[in-house]
This record gives sequence, structure tokens and C-alpha cells, in this order.
Amino acid sequence: MAGAIDPIHQFAITPVLGPVTNSAVFMILAVAGVSALLLIGSRERALVPGRLQSLAELSYEFVRGMIHQTAGKHGMVFFPLVFSLFMFVLFCNLLGLIPGSFTVTSHIIVTFALALLVILTVIGYGFAKHGLGFLKLFVPHGVPGYILPLVVAIEVISFLSRPISLSVRLFANMLAGHITLKVFAGFVTMLSAALGGVGLVLGILPLLLTIGITALEFLVAFLQAYVFALLTCMYLNDALHPGH
Amino acid sequence: MIPTSISVDPAIGTTIVLAQAPAEPHGAEHMASTPGEHGAAFPPFDASTYASQLIWLALTFGALYFIVSKFALPRLANIVEGRAERIEGDLAEARRLRAESKAAGEAYEKAQADARARANAIAAEARDAVAKQAEENRKTLDAELAAKLEAAEAQIAATKQAALGNVRGIATEAAAAIVERLTGAAPAPAEIEQAVDASLAR
Repeated sequence: MAGAIDPIHQFAITPVLGPVTNSAVFMILAVAGVSALLLIGSRERALVPGRLQSLAELSYEFVRGMIHQTAGKHGMVFFPLVFSLFMFVLFCNLLGLIPGSFTVTSHIIVTFALALLVILTVIGYGFAKHGLGFLKLFVPHGVPGYILPLVVAIEVISFLSRPISLSVRLFANMLAGHITLKVFAGFVTMLSAALGGVGLVLGILPLLLTIGITALEFLVAFLQAYVFALLTCMYLNDALHPGH
Repeated sequence: MIPTSISVDPAIGTTIVLAQAPAEPHGAEHMASTPGEHGAAFPPFDASTYASQLIWLALTFGALYFIVSKFALPRLANIVEGRAERIEGDLAEARRLRAESKAAGEAYEKAQADARARANAIAAEARDAVAKQAEENRKTLDAELAAKLEAAEAQIAATKQAALGNVRGIATEAAAAIVERLTGAAPAPAEIEQAVDASLAR
């Protein structure tokens, strides 16, 4: 029994059936969940929405408001992308909170791929829309000529670090949250296993803590999806309006 | 034991673990790629799983993007915009109805004011007519009274004249009688009349 609790084991990628891994299963579940919510929720097209329709409309208006605020009216070109990203990350995060499940977003390669998708969209759209004028992004207005090279260098580095910060933020939050949960939940069983009845009583403390952290993780799951989508909007805004 | 010596290349390491897994007593628990327990490869940094994750991510996220952009968002936009339009239409209808009722109210008040004005006009007219009639009546009455007064004055004058005429006859006879008694001779009537007239005229 001792040493059976390994907080890292939950992140292992294991094959389930042929090429389908546990990660793939949860990606498929997330997509199925999002699709079910949106398609079933929008099926009745009621004037006064039911619960599911309210949820679908809420997510629609939430993401639409986010794009409007950060990128303006023209940002609506990216509505499907931002919406898909937000819903995908949110559902992956939330599905990962089900005990015994797998968290897709706790793998850096997944979050990095999503962040790269955002940055490549910014670069591709920026050059397609503004041509070389997109490079104005790296040249802020009103900077004296003699420090301009330095500022441009800083801007380029900050631009290049965006996919890293965007992906690491989500990945690290998910990873750390799940490790913390596992460790504190592990204390409960370890205490009772090691100390018997006394341990069972003492185990109440880490149990309460686990409950609290679980609630916090639900907040983090939503918040990280929101932050990811919000930063995506802000980066896409650069592609739309590179002149600061 | 897991051959940690080869795990420098995670991909190769995993294949070897996979191949050796059945021979190992704890292999079933560790399930293929868990060299992480030995600190060799932490699952998120295990590059051997990257290709599979990326392929699945591309497939699932691509499918989600397709579903979202082709079905979900147009339908939701339809619902939300439709509701906004419906509400806007209802509000416009309410505004129109309010304007209509306001206009009706104004028309009603105008009609009421007109009616009141007309009633006032009719009342004034009637009042004027009555006053005019009364004035006319008064005038005819005045005229009648004046005529009567005139007639009465004429009659008085005639009576006075007649009375004055009688006075002359009586005075003549009395004078003739007085002269006859005093002188014993009857004076000439013409002299008597002349004398009487002279004294009357005085």
C-alpha cells in the first residue's frame, strides 16, 4: 500500500484501444460535450430559452462580449476560433476535475499547440491584411530614434514569448492543481493506513482541504479558459490593428 | 527493472519498455510509458506521446471548429439576433401604439374643446338674441307710451282751449249784463266783445 499514491501517474498517457489514448478519449469527450451543449441547446430556438439554451446563449454572448471589448467589431472574424478555443479548454479543464479522469490541458504539448495556433493565426492574418505594415506592431509610436532598436528588440522578444507564456500558464495551472489535489487526497488514505483510527480522525483535515481545493480548481478551470481566450483576443487584436 | 540506461531518447526508451513490459512483474501496473516514476520522463515532457497527442488534438479541435463555425454559432446567432430583432420590433410596435393613443387623446381633447367653444358660441348667440328681443320690446313700449302721452297732452290742450272759449262767452254775457244794469241801456254786442277780448288779451 505504501507508495501507491503517485501524484504524477494521473498524467500518464496510456493506450485505451488501438491508437486511442486516454488523452484522445477526453479530447473527444470535450468536443462531444461542447457540441452537445451547443447543438441541443440551440435546437428549439425558443424566444424564452430553457436551461440548456440559456447556457449555450450565455457562452455565445460571453465570448462575443470578450471579443468586442478587446478586439472591437472587426474581431468578430475570429469569433469561431476564439469560441472553439474557449469551449475546448473549458471543457477539457472541467472534465479533468472528474475524479479518475484525464486532464488534456495538463500536457504542455497540447497547450503549446493551441497557443501556436493562435500566434500563427495572428502572424498569418496580420501579414495577409496589412502586408509589411504588420511589422509596425514592433515599432511603437513616439519613441525617440536612439532607443528605438532596443524597444524593437524588446517588442520582438515579448511577441515571441507570447506562445510560451500562453501555453505554460494553462499547462502549469492544470498540472499544479491536479498534483496538489492528489497529494492532499493522498494524505487522507496515508494517515488512516499508517495510524489506524487516529489517522482516520486526523484525515478529516486534509479531506476538508481537498474539498476546498476542488472548489478552487473549478474556479481555476474556468479562469484559465477565460484567460486563454482573453489573451487570444488581445493577440488577435494586434493582427487587426498593428499600429498600437 | 526498467532499462533506464537507454531512456536518453524517450521514444526508444518507451518502445523498449513496451517490449519488456510483459516480462516485468509490475509491468501491468505501470502501463507502458511510465518511466516518470523513476524521474526519467515526466509524462507531460515525454516526447514519445507528442505525435499522438498532436494528431488527436488536430482531429478533435478541427472537428470542434467545424461544428462551431458551421452549425453552432450560426444557429446561436440566429436565436440571439432573432430575439434582439423581435424585442426591437415589439418595442417599435409599442412606441407606435403609444404615439397613436397619444394622437387619439389629442384629437379627443381637441374635439372636446371645439364642442365647448361651439356651445359657448350658441349660448352667446342665444343671449344676444334674447337681449335684442327685450330691447325691441322696450322700444315699442316706449313708443306706445310716448304716443299715449302725446295724445293725452293734445286732449288736455283741446280741453283747455274749449274751456278758454267758454270763458270768453261767459265774460261777454256777464259784461253785457253788468253794463245794462249800470247804465240801463243794452250796449252793442260788438263793443262788448271787443272790450272782453282786450281785457283777455292783457
